[in-house]
Amino acid sequence: MSDMFSNLGLGLSVALSLQNLALCFLGCLVGTLIGVLPGVGPIATIAILLPITFGLDPTGALIMLAGIYYGAQYGGSTTAILVNLPGEATSVVTVLDGYQMARQGRAGVALGIAALGSFFAGCVATVAIAALGAPLTRLALVFGPHEYFSLMVMGLIFAVVLARGSILKAIAMILAGVLLSTIGTDLETGESRMTFGLDFLADGIDFAVLAMGVFGIAEILRNLDTPETRDVVRAKIGRLLPDRDDLRQSAMPILRGTVVGGALGILPGNGAVLGPFASYTMEKKLAKDPRRFGRGAIEGVAGPEAANNAGAQTSFIPLLTLGIPPNAVMALMVGAMTIHGIIPGPQVMTKNPNLFWGMIASMWIGNLMLLIINLPLIGLWVKLLQVPYRLLFPSILMFCCIGIYSINSQPIDVMFIAFFGLVGYTLLKFGFEPAPMLLGFVLGRLMEENLRRALIIARGDASTFLTRTIDTTAFGQPIGIPLSGILLGIAVTLLVIALLPSVRKGRDEVFTE
Amino acid sequence: MKKLLVGMVAALGLSTGAAQAQGAYPARPITMIVPFAAGGPTDVVARIVGEHMSRTLGQQIVVENVAGAGGTTGITRGAQAQGDGYTIMMGHMGTHGAAPALYPNLRYDPAKDFAPIGLAAGTPIIIVAKKDFPPADLKGFVEYSKANAAKLNGAHAGVGSVSHSTGVLLNSILGIKPTLVAYRGTGPALNDLMAGTVDFMTDQIVNVAPQIQAGTIKAYAIATPERSPALPDVPTTKEAGLPNYEVSAWNAIFAPKSTPKEVTAKLVDALDKALDDENTRKRLVELGGVIPSKTERTPDALQKLVESEVARWTPVLKEAGATAQ
Repeated sequence: MSDMFSNLGLGLSVALSLQNLALCFLGCLVGTLIGVLPGVGPIATIAILLPITFGLDPTGALIMLAGIYYGAQYGGSTTAILVNLPGEATSVVTVLDGYQMARQGRAGVALGIAALGSFFAGCVATVAIAALGAPLTRLALVFGPHEYFSLMVMGLIFAVVLARGSILKAIAMILAGVLLSTIGTDLETGESRMTFGLDFLADGIDFAVLAMGVFGIAEILRNLDTPETRDVVRAKIGRLLPDRDDLRQSAMPILRGTVVGGALGILPGNGAVLGPFASYTMEKKLAKDPRRFGRGAIEGVAGPEAANNAGAQTSFIPLLTLGIPPNAVMALMVGAMTIHGIIPGPQVMTKNPNLFWGMIASMWIGNLMLLIINLPLIGLWVKLLQVPYRLLFPSILMFCCIGIYSINSQPIDVMFIAFFGLVGYTLLKFGFEPAPMLLGFVLGRLMEENLRRALIIARGDASTFLTRTIDTTAFGQPIGIPLSGILLGIAVTLLVIALLPSVRKGRDEVFTE
Repeated sequence: MKKLLVGMVAALGLSTGAAQAQGAYPARPITMIVPFAAGGPTDVVARIVGEHMSRTLGQQIVVENVAGAGGTTGITRGAQAQGDGYTIMMGHMGTHGAAPALYPNLRYDPAKDFAPIGLAAGTPIIIVAKKDFPPADLKGFVEYSKANAAKLNGAHAGVGSVSHSTGVLLNSILGIKPTLVAYRGTGPALNDLMAGTVDFMTDQIVNVAPQIQAGTIKAYAIATPERSPALPDVPTTKEAGLPNYEVSAWNAIFAPKSTPKEVTAKLVDALDKALDDENTRKRLVELGGVIPSKTERTPDALQKLVESEVARWTPVLKEAGATAQ
């Protein structure tokens, strides 16, 4: 414990130097801005800014780049809440209740609680990294293909619970999402699947393209359909900051979201995307009146936002302690480190303690800065809603196009968001919810790949999911824990709990709202 | 804020427009297409070399990551770009060696559609295994894998990746057919190798060196003629008794075929100066990179390398039945 404090002290002494403070602030500010702009994500920004960091010392450079990443998580919720645009998989859930809150004139409250929740989660996650970073890495190693597959099955059960309308439609959307995720070159065999011989489908569909199309573009189309509803949003601004009631309602969801998001963030293969979904499901299950969800429930913003930020922070753990990037942004951080002559791996902690602890300390400072940047900005963002829609929507469209192009430099991606926009609009008109489809899309690929990996390793024996054990020691005795089986068990239990009341009360009553 | 951004976009448009006025090459920034995601080994090499080349040329070299289809998407775009010297690309062992075998519908010919500039850096391939894998050295590994081929699980980072091609080559030299498990990128594959879920893989030194140094995985041999200063204890394949397995994931700069000689000459010179620069060399070596000698980095040498690599990979990958389309 005293080690941790002396380490954090070292970190603070590094992070509090004038240059590093300035870089941290710059990173957070840029991150917030690109997070707010739809589509322009941290990946593109960090890639563009990489060469600029050449002249900096590695610690300063990484502090800034990390600031961009978690700053973007803060900013991303702003667009999700104000204009119904999830820039990344992790803000899909924020859209559900955040946008509804904005429509009810509670945009400021939603933004405020998102910022406060993120700040709390960020602080807790930073301490968790400092205190438990090294032991927590074991968690990343424990999750092999078997456990991952079972976790994803659990995730799909979440998707059913996420549904707002008819359960049949929700399942249809999940399956459509899973199907969309299988488009592209097959990882194991290299065969093309459902690409119709088109080159641009060879790598599958990008998540950002799909999300921006079915949420953002479709929402714009719907708003243009009926300009009046938009004006209702404009007319009502309401209170800017959350009051005591809001805070009381959000406290527990934030706490739970932090734990769930933080734990899932450590997992390899982008486990962090599950965090917000898991948190939302949990809050909806725990709520006295689940019908409020999807209609502007503040818990539906507070919990997932905390989970999102906690996950963003803890996803640094595998990078810093194992040298293994759990997602695309972290892979880019590996590149940034190697360009600066630091090869990420288990030895960074001992070889470059200044960098390691400096970065961790800067995360806490960064979270504080983000709160300071974001709270005053809320007034400004909310005013954005007063901009007449005929002026607002072309700007949103333009930023979507720039953002999407910046990901892969592929013009076809821009055409794709237009296509998915039309698809999303049609779905909305027929009463299908896009959120379960996106979850199906995110989980589908991970689930399929891990299923096949596990089966290949087990030479086709499906019982491997129940029988595979993780060797560990408890009370000095070596024991094997069937983690994969336990996860599947939880999934089945969840499903039963979800379906039981519907058997009793009639399914419609539970799932329609 | 919106106004500011619109202004910035407009200013950018104006400045590139003005710079397009004719002058001695290079008169405006040069785009270097890197056909992989930012942060990978090829991207890092491109950025390190590109930074010094920018200083020689007096114009910024801007890296544009055009990822997709094992790097062939970006190279296809580069091959079709105007040959004015303002679009160049960083190709590698996959795009200019393995691709013709992996992609039957490839829309470029690695040996015919480019003006080679020169080799930038090679990154050695290392044979690694989970840390409790029984064999103690490469000889033991060869015997063990021949005896237990049916049980073995080899990991790779997807069909068409360096770890896949080099792994297939190793298997074909050993005459074994272990079960191959595909991952999306080296990171997840390494994660499962450390956890012991899979048994072995082959990959670039930059990806695996930290894990070897930390003892979380073990290394059997490095597939280059000489040992690497980053891992002086790891023997070469020649020393360890598998001389046929010599392979490196090289990265090299190419320009579109139609690029004029005066322009390519400037690029060749800038690359040469970059590879002579103390600081650039140091950074490449820290990554485990091998810097090509004066004779290895000429355009002619690169042309020969491409031809010999295509000839080498095509039969190996065809025999393994690997295709990515």
